[in-house]
Amino acid sequence: MANIIAGVASSHVPAIGAAIDNKRTEEPYWKRVFSGFERSKQWMATTKPDVAIVVYNDHASAFSVELIPTFALGCAAEFPPADEGWGPRPVPVVKGHPALASHIAQSVILDEFDLTIVNKMEVDHGLTVPLNLLFGSPREWPCRVIPLAVNVVMYPPPTGHRCYMLGRAIRKAVESYPEDLKVVMFGTGGMSHQISGPRAGLINSKFDKAFLDNLSKDPAKLTRIPHLEYMREAGAEGIEMVMWLIMRGALDAKVEEVYRFYTVPASNTAVGHIILENRGRTAGKRAGARKGGGERRRQAVARRGGERIASKARR
Amino acid sequence: MPRTPQDYDDIPGTFVFDAERSREGYGINMFCMSLMKDANRKAFKADEPEYLKRFPLTAEQREAILERDYNRMLELGGNIYFTAKLGATDGHSFQHLAAVMTGATQEDYAKMMLAGGRSVEGNRSKSGRDKPKAKTRSKARSRRG
Repeated sequence: MANIIAGVASSHVPAIGAAIDNKRTEEPYWKRVFSGFERSKQWMATTKPDVAIVVYNDHASAFSVELIPTFALGCAAEFPPADEGWGPRPVPVVKGHPALASHIAQSVILDEFDLTIVNKMEVDHGLTVPLNLLFGSPREWPCRVIPLAVNVVMYPPPTGHRCYMLGRAIRKAVESYPEDLKVVMFGTGGMSHQISGPRAGLINSKFDKAFLDNLSKDPAKLTRIPHLEYMREAGAEGIEMVMWLIMRGALDAKVEEVYRFYTVPASNTAVGHIILENRGRTAGKRAGARKGGGERRRQAVARRGGERIASKARR
Repeated sequence: MPRTPQDYDDIPGTFVFDAERSREGYGINMFCMSLMKDANRKAFKADEPEYLKRFPLTAEQREAILERDYNRMLELGGNIYFTAKLGATDGHSFQHLAAVMTGATQEDYAKMMLAGGRSVEGNRSKSGRDKPKAKTRSKARSRRG
């Protein structure tokens, strides 16, 4: 059976993508941002998920104001990078996992989450920038990706509580899928930022750090944050942090925080990033039992890798 | 019909793109979306008022677009991810637009961001009645030392 083994949250600032595409990652301003993801890339390389479910939002690329779905699940076989006005980003086409995606759709709709199914969609920086941050810039993305686009552009986005509950329903769906698959859940966007109006440039590190703490230890508290508070405290566009709660809802109540990173700014935004592992790592254990010693050893190395990262991050 | 009052109208310097603005600003945002195509960008630049006739816009909305009054566009239902496409068509960086909306020079805006951004202190509320809520802070620190 398939299992969600970990959750990753990351900002998806478009300028980060532009810095990668224009080869500016070694400039001091950008090095400060990218250096925070080096250990995450190591963690991802040892974790080797089969599928990543990426919760993100579209920024007037695939969806204009003609159609504004609250939750749109990508069930296509592939998702080309969108042209956001400067030509499509030079990143690989995102390969989907239609069988798992349609299984999730069927399961969560019966659990009363009325998803929109998307069988043709281009994906913008909201999805591809976090992939770059965690996988680097490979010729092909190393795993299948199921995009889950959430409306956080038009108010009101779904509530934090609704997002958290959807995460739980997605976990149930994944665990009822018969094939052995290791799934990592991405929550993207945030952290505090406002890019519109006279208050643009707002950053609230205190809010962000408390959010990271609670995401790790007490997510139920975060599900009670009203939209007004997100907008007031974390900026009008900071409300997109509700998407992180879909990721968190798909994890155990108690998780192992293996890494976090926070820096201000990237462009107009506070960059936040965290990696949370389900403590059981049941997918790895089961797969190890079936696949023999090699797989078990590999899993053990992955776990040690994660712990090594954690101990460094905590010093 | 006047705009329905909302609790978030109390946030200073902010035009929340809600369902009501989305309805009113449909023409602004569809116009901006059209600028994703090069042929449309050329047609717009060749004759702006003529090009705008293709979209359902009020006189105020048309004026805000022609004058590049970005805050007014937001107030009249434009959304930043869409209006940014107009800025890009004019050859401006996003930082330029942000500076324009905040009334700062681009240099000063860039400096503010490097220094950690605009503080939320003093920028939470027009009425001043809302204080930061202590309950959002966590007592548990997951990182030691």
